[in-house]
Amino acid sequence: MPGKLKVKIVAGRHLPVMDRASDLTDAFVEVKFGNTTFKTDVYPKSLNPQWNSEWFKFEVDDEDLQDEPLQITVLDHDTYSANDAIGKVYIDIDPLLYSEAATVISGWFPIYDTIHGIRGEINVVVKVDLFNDLNRFRQSSCGVKFFCTTSIPKCYRAVIIHGFVEELVVNEDPEYQWIDRIRTPRASNEARQRLISLMSGELQRKIGLKVLEMRGNAVVGYLQCFDLEGESGLVVRAIGTACTLDKLSSPAAFLPACNSPSKEMKEIPFNEDPNPNTHSSGPSTPLKNQTYSFSPSKSYSRQSSSSDTDLSLTPKTGMGSGSAGKEGGPFKALLRQQTQSALEQREFPFFTLTAFPPGFLVHVGGVVSARSVKLLDRIHNPAFVGIMGNTRSYKLLDWNSFNSDEPETRDAWWAEIRQEIKSHAKALGCHAVVGYSESTSICEEVCILSASGTAAVLNPRFLQDGTVEGCLEQRLEENLPAGCGFCHIPYDELNMPFPAHLTYCYNCRKQKVPDVLFTTIDLPTDATVIGKGCLIQARLCRLKKKAQAEANATAISNLLPFMEYEVHTQLMNKLKLKGMNALFGLRIQITVGENMLMGLASATGVYLAALPTPGGIQIAGKTPNDGSYEQHISHMQKKINDTIAKNKELYEINPPEISEEIIGSPIPEPRQRSRLLRSQSESSDEVTELDLSHGKKDAFVLEIDDTDAMEDVHSLLTDVPPPSGFYSCNTEIMPGINNWTSEIQMFTSVRVIRLSSLNLTNHALNKNFNDLCENLLKSLYFKLRSMIPCCLCHVNFTVSLPEDELIQVTVTAVAITFDKNQALQTTKAHVEKSLQRASTDNEELLQFPLELCSDSLPSHPFPPAKEHLESASSNSGIPAAQRAVTVEKTSPMGEGNFRNRSAAPCANSTVGVVKMTPLSFIPGAKITKYLGIINMFFIRETTSLREEGGVSGFLHAFIAEVFAMVRAHVAALGGNAVVSYIMKQCVFMENPNKNQAQCLINVSGDAVVFARESELEVVSTQQPAANCQPACTGGEVTT
Amino acid sequence: MTSELDIFVGNTTLIDEDVYRLWLDGYSVGDAVALRVRSGILEQTGATAAVLQSDTMDHYRTFHMLERLLHAPPKLLHQLIYQIPPSRQALLIERYYAFDEAFVREVLGKKLSKGTKKDLDDISTKTGITLKSCRRQFDNFKRVFKVVEEMRGSLVDNVQQHFLLSDRLARDYAAIVFFANNRFETGKKKLQYLSFGDFAFCAELMIQNWTLGAVGEAPTDPDSQVDDMDMDLDKEFLQDLKELKVLVADKDLLDLHKSLVCTALRGKLGVFSEMEANFKNLSRGLVNVATKLTHNKDVRDLFVDLVEKFVEPCRSDHWPLSDVRLFLNQYSASVHSLDGFRHQALWDRYMGTLRGCLLRLYHD
Repeated sequence: MPGKLKVKIVAGRHLPVMDRASDLTDAFVEVKFGNTTFKTDVYPKSLNPQWNSEWFKFEVDDEDLQDEPLQITVLDHDTYSANDAIGKVYIDIDPLLYSEAATVISGWFPIYDTIHGIRGEINVVVKVDLFNDLNRFRQSSCGVKFFCTTSIPKCYRAVIIHGFVEELVVNEDPEYQWIDRIRTPRASNEARQRLISLMSGELQRKIGLKVLEMRGNAVVGYLQCFDLEGESGLVVRAIGTACTLDKLSSPAAFLPACNSPSKEMKEIPFNEDPNPNTHSSGPSTPLKNQTYSFSPSKSYSRQSSSSDTDLSLTPKTGMGSGSAGKEGGPFKALLRQQTQSALEQREFPFFTLTAFPPGFLVHVGGVVSARSVKLLDRIHNPAFVGIMGNTRSYKLLDWNSFNSDEPETRDAWWAEIRQEIKSHAKALGCHAVVGYSESTSICEEVCILSASGTAAVLNPRFLQDGTVEGCLEQRLEENLPAGCGFCHIPYDELNMPFPAHLTYCYNCRKQKVPDVLFTTIDLPTDATVIGKGCLIQARLCRLKKKAQAEANATAISNLLPFMEYEVHTQLMNKLKLKGMNALFGLRIQITVGENMLMGLASATGVYLAALPTPGGIQIAGKTPNDGSYEQHISHMQKKINDTIAKNKELYEINPPEISEEIIGSPIPEPRQRSRLLRSQSESSDEVTELDLSHGKKDAFVLEIDDTDAMEDVHSLLTDVPPPSGFYSCNTEIMPGINNWTSEIQMFTSVRVIRLSSLNLTNHALNKNFNDLCENLLKSLYFKLRSMIPCCLCHVNFTVSLPEDELIQVTVTAVAITFDKNQALQTTKAHVEKSLQRASTDNEELLQFPLELCSDSLPSHPFPPAKEHLESASSNSGIPAAQRAVTVEKTSPMGEGNFRNRSAAPCANSTVGVVKMTPLSFIPGAKITKYLGIINMFFIRETTSLREEGGVSGFLHAFIAEVFAMVRAHVAALGGNAVVSYIMKQCVFMENPNKNQAQCLINVSGDAVVFARESELEVVSTQQPAANCQPACTGGEVTT
Repeated sequence: MTSELDIFVGNTTLIDEDVYRLWLDGYSVGDAVALRVRSGILEQTGATAAVLQSDTMDHYRTFHMLERLLHAPPKLLHQLIYQIPPSRQALLIERYYAFDEAFVREVLGKKLSKGTKKDLDDISTKTGITLKSCRRQFDNFKRVFKVVEEMRGSLVDNVQQHFLLSDRLARDYAAIVFFANNRFETGKKKLQYLSFGDFAFCAELMIQNWTLGAVGEAPTDPDSQVDDMDMDLDKEFLQDLKELKVLVADKDLLDLHKSLVCTALRGKLGVFSEMEANFKNLSRGLVNVATKLTHNKDVRDLFVDLVEKFVEPCRSDHWPLSDVRLFLNQYSASVHSLDGFRHQALWDRYMGTLRGCLLRLYHD
């Protein structure tokens, strides 16, 4: 069934001068959708053309509506030679296809050229008339809503959470086609941008179909990534969680969050059980080492050396749908989905969500992860050179064979990994995996696929088909105590999958808990936390020999277990050093380069009240007879103890009953000690049996047997805490801070360092990497110092190794200010309230299990800071979306807008503010509408790198342009913010000798409309105060 | 380990006022870092020099990218690339167009041409302002001049509309443009004691009273209005000023004028005898300035003449400012009682402005 797409080109502004002679431009516009193209008239001799075109109408299938982007090209008319392109705008019209999202796209879009960047702006109006489609065999999935947010979106409630959906599509990469030899870089870049846009649309449509099959109406936690596999192609893959969502319409749902006290702020005293003794008498410690169940090394080598034939034998476990869309007709696809959808869902009970409706999460087992090293296909044939002048050679592929088997291969690879994840989860006694994510790292023809998540037991009532075993019902009948239920072990105590140290829960004293808990999810709403959390990172480099193909893959496979082990050790050490006992939001990234592997793990450490107090760290020397050595050791020991004590103070970790004991004796009695073997010469065959439990709870011993170990201890101590007034975490919100004010600053920071190639050792490498990350953090703290007190939330580090000696670190995060004073006043009230709240929640839960009001999710911890909010909102002058839009419309050109001399000139700005944040919420505000997903891909290239300010100038300008284009799209949708924003890829390549550089950026997020809480309360009375902005103040003549 | 690339991009563009000032003042990144270190920022924040270096580089890069937009401030408001709150935009613009007193005194009244630009080296050495900063300030003057040069209507309004400056700064620019256009001499040694503020004050009075736009005969007859409204002095008015000659050429009129003033001021003026002795000289000076204004050369020397013919004689007799005011008021007003003098309106238009200027110019 067709839909009708209508486009109107209104005007342009700030166009570049295209005709040197007249210093003007004769601009016209081409509007293209699918294979249809319309043109406007030429608007002669103007840099601010007013086309005011008719409505261009495209009659198209809704399948095309979903796949194709609207392509708008601005050109300069030239009578005698070819018309010059000024730039393009790609508009994803997907948001217009949902009933509840945007109804019109209208606004100023930056005109973008891959060589010159943004060149002026164009005003466009886009509408879609969609006819209802009742065809069951349809290929489109219009109406399925997509959310990047990894929790139930704020103005919806989850009726059913169906489960995992995935899809991938493969294509040739235009940059590696033979035609690339003869076309311009611009044409090549545009071909790539367009292709990725098309593939994203197709992928989203296919996922949508799967959701419809599952009878869902939305995908939450939608994560789409692309793999640039070089000559073997371009893979776009996506995962998400299918849900059935209901829009909350009752006004009660929009009450300011202050009415629902934040729950993570509970500092519940241990009232119920004053008996403190279990601390020392528990059985030996478990640490969820199984969480770190990497694939056995045997399996690595098998996979890495596997050829195509080998892989094609791998059973497809029902995941082979990626290929079907292309070859199979609608009927076939339907059949396949009907037979497999139910099975599939059981096959992979994964959830990309990281925060859940209350009661959804029953128990958490621990982190499960799997990695596998794969060789990308390589066919040995004549070569050509890529545009960046790499010396690498590429070949012509037989695209026919390529297209037919590529998706199956990739699907099979991922299916394998998912199977492994699933079995790990089973081993932990869990039937589901939450906070699930997948990633790749590619270097030449080697690719590391990684998946990780948190094994969990879920409440089956929220799942449609009750895939859960009956025994779980029993557990659910128990009245789970609030704030600790999820910590209780899901596995059988007598039949533990790994050695673990269990104690009775410090909160309820009824169930067993481990001594340390690692997870990939956000801190559950009802968790009881003591003190504040902090960002904990483990950083690691390992040199590897340069090698080709299989040898290379084998080398990587052999290194991986060691990396995982050491990353884990570092995390554990740092966690103990902070005096904390649980990690949330854990993300371990392993990056492969030509001659090294990098590991970076980030997580947010917290002290969970339910888990036992962590023991200290004990250092043991190997040569006890040497006096000075002993002295040195004891000196270090003292330093460590001091650091722990200091951290406890810094993060306000004062567990109520046993605090004295902790501070008094960080090191317990010697009899509890056990040695940890950390020698690297350990036989690698034993890797699978690695005991990551690090011995007993109170006896965490670091044995210093070589200089490496010494350095490790040193590096532990060199991690500087953030300056006072600063906190940082990589989760949505900071445990222990609940009084956010409305000022937010999202940023991206990129650093690339060049290693001196001589005599690189693992040790030097580690130090360089560590310094890089630490300096980057320090720089951030310095830059944002004006926001103190503030917290860096959702700190997301990405490491890549673009070349031999280059390390690139990209950080995206948001700084949010909070009110220090208010925290003190409200803490007490919160504790009491939350106690009550917890119990009522439980009752409600049992009665109305399906009433999952997303409103009580963790993201509304804002007490009523009214004065603050009001002043802040008027300061920043954030207009409601509608206002921003109307302002734009009424003053199209802005000329003559500045007539009024007495008014401050700058108050006339017509550009509405668009906030961007990686979080799922806006502090101090309510999200009132989701407008659709933003998923954009840009390429920028330059052949005049020096002139553009070198690599820094080039990338700085590009990232600023990307932000601008995201904001413009959101504003055109009628939105005023992007939430769950993420920069998924930032691939930067340079060739300074040739004065060239190229960068690819992929970003996504959810466009939303938000309203300040203060505005919501006094909707009508608050008039735009923009006109009475104080006049410019700095008018003095400098002396 | 060397840093190849190091950037920070915020959704809201971060502007550090201190670094902006250093950038505007034309310091290199290295110098700016050194100055920041000296300000004690490292101790306050616990940052390292490397952090400071990176931060400074980042800000400099941002400013460099913003500079293109600052050349046409309305663009800064409408552009989409940098999200900057309005108050910050205003600050950026205002500071960018701010200038140094020492610098403006050097170029005030000079032609804003390439020739003058070449002299910036000397000005930089003389004033201690970095060459870079001198260039920016000079280019600002020139840019504003170019844009408003051909425009009709109020000079201040034009400047404000196209450069979004505060009222105060727009007035200053109007003065600079006015001076540059009329090429008033301000650099002579005897004018050195005058500040930019003094000149700007005079410029404003002259724009209000002595230009075409001042008379209010505004664009009623657009064809005849070849000249700019506020930029150029009213040629007709200057021509008419010749008529004032009679005040000093006619001896009876001069004597009558003197006796009127003396009678009115007797006993009220501390320097009465000096005034009485000097009256004819002063009056001749003031009237002769008026009658000469038809020549461009004399227009340029207006301020030199005023100081030579009036300010200096009074100053050498130690007139207090209050006495100067009393005298000028009486001197202007008494003309109305001269029956034989027919150009009262012309006199008021001339003397009203001149009186204001002289009072402002009269100081040490």
